[in-house]
Amino acid sequence: MRIELEKRANPSTFYSILSPFLALGLTVIAGGIMFALLGKSPGSALYSFFIEPLLDVWSLHEIAIKAAPLILIGVGLSVCYRSNNWNIGAEGQFIAGAIAGSIVPVVFHDWHSSLVLPLMLIFGMIGGALYAAVPAFLKAHMNTNEILTSLMLVYIAQLFLDWLVRGPWRSPDAYNFPVTRDFAPEAILPELVSSGRANLGFAFAIIAAIALWVMMRYTLKGFEITVLGQSERAGRFAGFSSKRMIWFSMLLSGALAGLAGISEVSGTIGKLQPIISPGYGFTAIIVAFLGRLNPLGIIAAGLFLALTYVGGEAVQLTLTVSDKVTRVFQGLLLFFVLSCDTLIQYKIRLVFSRLSRGNEGAL
Amino acid sequence: MSAVGASGGRPLLAVRNLTKLFGSFAACNGIDLDIQPGEIHALLGENGAGKSTLVKMLFGVLAPTSGEILWKGESVRIPSPGAARRLGIGMVFQHFSLFEALTVAENIALSLSPGISLSKVAEEASRLSHLYGLPLDPKAHVADLSVGERQRIEIVRALLQNPELIILDEPTSVLTPQEADRLFETLAKLKAEGRSVLYISHRLEEVQRICDRATVLRHGKVTGACDPRKETPASLARMMVGSDVASVSAAGTNTKGDVLLEARHLSVPARTPFAVTLKNVCLKVRGGEVLAIAGVAGNGQGELFDALSGEYPVADASAVSVRGRAVGNLGITARRLMGAGFVPEERHGHAAVPGLPLSDNLVLARNQSDRRTFLSGGILGIIRRAVVHIASRRISETMDVRKSGEDPAAGSLSGGNLQKYIVGRELDRQPAVLIVNQPTWGVDAGAASRIRQALVDLAKSGSAVLVISQDLDEIFEVATEIAVISEGRLSDAYPARELTREKIGLLMGGMYGKTEGEEAAHAH
Repeated sequence: MRIELEKRANPSTFYSILSPFLALGLTVIAGGIMFALLGKSPGSALYSFFIEPLLDVWSLHEIAIKAAPLILIGVGLSVCYRSNNWNIGAEGQFIAGAIAGSIVPVVFHDWHSSLVLPLMLIFGMIGGALYAAVPAFLKAHMNTNEILTSLMLVYIAQLFLDWLVRGPWRSPDAYNFPVTRDFAPEAILPELVSSGRANLGFAFAIIAAIALWVMMRYTLKGFEITVLGQSERAGRFAGFSSKRMIWFSMLLSGALAGLAGISEVSGTIGKLQPIISPGYGFTAIIVAFLGRLNPLGIIAAGLFLALTYVGGEAVQLTLTVSDKVTRVFQGLLLFFVLSCDTLIQYKIRLVFSRLSRGNEGAL
Repeated sequence: MSAVGASGGRPLLAVRNLTKLFGSFAACNGIDLDIQPGEIHALLGENGAGKSTLVKMLFGVLAPTSGEILWKGESVRIPSPGAARRLGIGMVFQHFSLFEALTVAENIALSLSPGISLSKVAEEASRLSHLYGLPLDPKAHVADLSVGERQRIEIVRALLQNPELIILDEPTSVLTPQEADRLFETLAKLKAEGRSVLYISHRLEEVQRICDRATVLRHGKVTGACDPRKETPASLARMMVGSDVASVSAAGTNTKGDVLLEARHLSVPARTPFAVTLKNVCLKVRGGEVLAIAGVAGNGQGELFDALSGEYPVADASAVSVRGRAVGNLGITARRLMGAGFVPEERHGHAAVPGLPLSDNLVLARNQSDRRTFLSGGILGIIRRAVVHIASRRISETMDVRKSGEDPAAGSLSGGNLQKYIVGRELDRQPAVLIVNQPTWGVDAGAASRIRQALVDLAKSGSAVLVISQDLDEIFEVATEIAVISEGRLSDAYPARELTREKIGLLMGGMYGKTEGEEAAHAH
């Protein structure tokens, strides 16, 4: 018996909707097996991983805090991926945005004004966009593979941040801890509602997602992105420039990642420190694909992945398992999402006939 | 209808009730076929009739869903091309599988079992090529060879295995008339040796000229088996198409308008190592004229289209003019705004995005020329779907585009229907200049005649039409003027009624007479 993949005449709408849910189901099953192998009861482990965080106002706020950067970065990446530009370096653009946005509160900490916060956000976006401009330039003019360049720039950004907070930007009152001074109150992103910590970053994420959804669905720009992503040659025939699209998509996703970075630093952490992200820029890749590269889908996917962060912390505390469980879940999820997507284009057929052997290519 | 055994005796290859399903679609549906030893057997049919699927099953590329293949009377399974070769079946594909950077001998050696020395391969190849009248230099690099020569490599490669049955898939679609004549001589030699040939074509004249018997396919079924010499082209066409094909009424407008499209000393260096350099191309098309550019594939047609459409603009603005305005350095959008329309050769991924619906593919070509109609919201550029849908429906109705559903994905249409839509998309604008590359390539006869008629009608209404085509029948149907492209050079244009096929054949081979002093490049 063998398994054959047979291409469908048309992509299946049914499976394109079902595929993410199928992937979720398979992830939960595989996760349950993993917990069982670790000697924990799968039922209660999965309950505290996926259900418990939803029952508490505090943890709902945590989910919103973690979903905000995932959604912001994810919708930017979806534009990149739809236009066939593979920006893998959102983590670096996130850090670059956080650094650029922190210039005002760290370097000009004596300046108190209501302009501080808007300037920080704008600088954050510019920082992220400039950092994404490097792989964009290399791809558009040197024909370099953006996957490699954008990924490598992540490590540069991480080490640069590390150097900054240990070196020139280290706070004088932090007893040699590698952190900058605490941001002044007017440099802190306000909370969304009074019941908890969730800040305006979540609102930015929702606004960005809706704006990009409108762009992709209704405007010529969105059409241009779709066309160039599916066929560069047809895009050229339509009068669109794939070079300009490299710039547009990379700068847009870089700016959104930068906004996510400064929002995280300003809203959640309140200062710069060596590690400011638990891998949001990479997890957002999963978010983008789980959300079908559709901005509205990405909102849902971002919330779900945020749940895996919060749930992972919960099981770490209650069941004393490694915090790597979160990463395993995220990895499983991406694996199953991409696998299940095969069903959209292909039918699976089991063939029971014997395959007789023949030597290929002989004379 | 089943194949009629013309002569007695055991057939070399017999096919009984062979079926291939792709999902629920039957590409081949209960095919019966007999090939006798020493005959040239034609397999006739339009694109999509199932010819390629059938021969892929015979050559072990596809596995049949049901049915039987008999080789010399014995039932056989052909699981791979290797198995087919061992049985004695050789195949020359329509699209060659050659490495351009390697020599002829190296390419041949690649298909043989390892361990045979290259010099031996070269020796054997040149012996065979002389024997069958297929001159080849084993040391030549494939990149330097014409398409006809490349085909010879494939034929020699097949002959090296000493096959009893050779399958040729559309072999003359890329040849000049003279090259085709040489191929026919080779086939006659093979036949005289007692080998059989399965000859796939949709060119009726050729089939009548060289084939002993013909099997006609339509929609995956055998619709006729006949002696092509006893049929007329019209009766063969009826078997292929299932109905009579409307003939195109020629352009023949005598009133010549202004020059609407002009190329002046257009030279374009090759963008890639294997592209063709355009050398000093000059052409003029007046309103009311259809200028057809004939030529064998790969002689610069694509490059000429790219330069004329502005997809790849050139530095010299005056090299291309549309309606008297120099546009050589401007992109395709600017040229569209000047009133030009374009139909590229490749439908999927160039003229249309197969995954997007037809209405989106309308926006693809007309997003700027019809900006005021199709877009709203100023710089936001909101696409007015309702308006686009109306225009899309209008085009489908005018061009009789048959489709499933209101607005299906472009890729789900058959080649002919999608091409009708793509041509209709431009005609709907009433362009002053229309440039079309291979207007009916791979299109069924009904759609082809409709498209050709539309081109002729557009010219009659006063527009300038430039048609780039490899199909001489098509060229003689639509053209008022004919020029020939060869190795990136364009010949002078001649009035269509003054040209014969032989003259065009000579021009295709690079014999320009007065314009170029060079010797014929195709002589061997």
